[in-house]
Amino acid sequence: MKTRAADIHETSPWQDLTTGCEIYEGGTSRLTLTGEWRSKVPVWDPAKCKQCLLCAPFCPDSSIPVTDGKRGQFDLDHCKGCGICYKVCPFKAIDWKEVH
Amino acid sequence: MSKTMTEIRWHGRGGQGAKTASLLLADAAFMSGKFVQSFPEYGPERSGAPITAYNRISDERCSIHSNIYDPDYVAVVDETLLESVDVTAGLSPEGAIIINSAKEPGALRPLLRGYAGRVYTIDAGTISRKHLGAYFPNTPMLAAVVAVSKCVDPEDFLKDMETSYRHKFASKPQLVQGNLDCLVEAMKEVKE
Amino acid sequence: MSIRDRLSGNEAIATAMRQINPDVFAMFPITPSTEIPQYFAQYVADGRVDTEFICVESEHSSMSACIGAEAAGCRAITATSSAGLSFMNEVLYVAASCRLPIVLAVACRALTGPININHDYSDSMAERDSGFIQIYAENNQEAYDNYLQAHRIGETPDVRLPVMICEDGFITSHALENIELESDEAVRAFVGEYHPENYLLKSENPLAVGPYGTSPYYMEARVAQAEAMKNAKRAILDVAADFEKTFGRKYGLFEPYRLEDAEVALVLMGSSAGTARAAVDELREQGVRAGLIKVRVFRPFPAEELAEALKDCKAVAVLDKSEGFSACGGPLFAETAAACVNLDRRPKMVDIVYGLGGRDFTVDQAKRVFARLEKIAATGETGPVYTHMGQRDLREEVQ
Repeated sequence: MKTRAADIHETSPWQDLTTGCEIYEGGTSRLTLTGEWRSKVPVWDPAKCKQCLLCAPFCPDSSIPVTDGKRGQFDLDHCKGCGICYKVCPFKAIDWKEVH
Repeated sequence: MSKTMTEIRWHGRGGQGAKTASLLLADAAFMSGKFVQSFPEYGPERSGAPITAYNRISDERCSIHSNIYDPDYVAVVDETLLESVDVTAGLSPEGAIIINSAKEPGALRPLLRGYAGRVYTIDAGTISRKHLGAYFPNTPMLAAVVAVSKCVDPEDFLKDMETSYRHKFASKPQLVQGNLDCLVEAMKEVKE
Repeated sequence: MSIRDRLSGNEAIATAMRQINPDVFAMFPITPSTEIPQYFAQYVADGRVDTEFICVESEHSSMSACIGAEAAGCRAITATSSAGLSFMNEVLYVAASCRLPIVLAVACRALTGPININHDYSDSMAERDSGFIQIYAENNQEAYDNYLQAHRIGETPDVRLPVMICEDGFITSHALENIELESDEAVRAFVGEYHPENYLLKSENPLAVGPYGTSPYYMEARVAQAEAMKNAKRAILDVAADFEKTFGRKYGLFEPYRLEDAEVALVLMGSSAGTARAAVDELREQGVRAGLIKVRVFRPFPAEELAEALKDCKAVAVLDKSEGFSACGGPLFAETAAACVNLDRRPKMVDIVYGLGGRDFTVDQAKRVFARLEKIAATGETGPVYTHMGQRDLREEVQ
């Protein structure tokens, strides 16, 4: 049995799973790249952005990193493309485009 | 089945305590060192409906868990059941039936569908009213069943019941003597 | 030193619970198991246990509360019957797949319909695939002894599965019989304390239970659970061996009776086995080579061991106290027959469904089954494989 979530994945044999699929640590969603589930993608335009930071708390997947009071590029490994940031941005600094 | 075992069937109505009487008898037999079974047969769960309870009393543990079809003794807590229930069904002619009634045994025999064995009556209502001040037919019925069946030694029975009452009525010791008097009188008054 | 007493099956189980003093009892009443929480409530009121006694609003909730409590690191228990067990169905699977060793006492009672309060195994058999270990008792003594073993079996690290301790509703639950009890101290020493490695309330170690398992994980999770159930067989025998060493009463996966040279045999469960033993004894006196097997552990099913025990019999009748409506036999028959299917030489086998909804099972009925088996053994002709017994029928019972 493996106990670290990072050691258990979609090719793990059954013997590696934890008893009852228990998870023994927090923050394990970082290990699953849910960004692949996206059909649309947000695009940030730093030139239009006033750094009002309204988008960051609205993001349901914590995919807008904020460092030293300023947001940065989207974490596209975990952004599911829901478009909420695009809707709430008062300055049209976020576009919401088809992936393909 | 070895005849060291006594099988008893109780007939009563829901709420009258036939099940309790069977539990008390099992308790008494247990205290005298026997292996016991006491179990009810539930039909409709309502007050007044006919119910049956059973006892097996023996020197070895009994593994049989069926109802009793050929009892050695039958105890009837409510004589009105004689008309509606075949209380003597399967009852051994060497055994006996004990009925809670103020009547003479002979008066009830015609209701027993040709049963040829011994018939006893005990006026449990009067005895319990006299000693306990209320209608508690179980106590006299229990004593009558012991007196007739001797499934427990009657003297041991009285001794064990006294111990049991002293424990049960530890906070109401005034009830002990009434219950004991009830047992003694019932053992004397049960008649064939 | 055992204590001689007389208790009903329900009071025997409640006594075992009191002696074990679990952390949580989530209770919801249903006939005929109601007396178990009723007795236990008295123990709580009298301060004889320090269990958190939670009165919930349904059986779905009682098992859910047990799941939460057990995941938090507690020993959690409950009791139920019939429709109550069915109402738990969904969460029984959650308890088992989360590998939470909850102990559930079941006073087995028929399922509706028609509505019926009496005994058969339709409730517990309906949960045979839930992932619970299932142990069945013949009488109050076995109900008590099985309960004393349950926590240790379920909590065995490579098992970690919930356990159902089954007694026959009314027949055992409400029958007063002699019993050998063990002292509180001896029971507590035998059962021990529960110290799970991981649990929700362990502050230094965050834990999540009951995750979503996508198809890349579900199959692996189920295989791991199936392996745990295989391990349970060994754990049950280990705990039974220690129980025998400690208290002197012997238990196995099943209990054979006069089976060594038996030509005709019954396979059955619960209180009926005691009744059938009386028939075996009578027939043995008449020279009939009769025997029986009382199945104690239905989950995990002791298939190899049963096959080994039955292989030299000529004819076997499996007695099912639940109607599976497969149109070809009840669950005990299906599993027993499957257990024997790869034997080179195997007995002829028939299934008899009996005792439904409290229909009484007698020594005479058991003897009639043996008479039928003798005929099968003599002729090699099985006749009808799946029949019922004890019902009123204008036709004659299959002889």
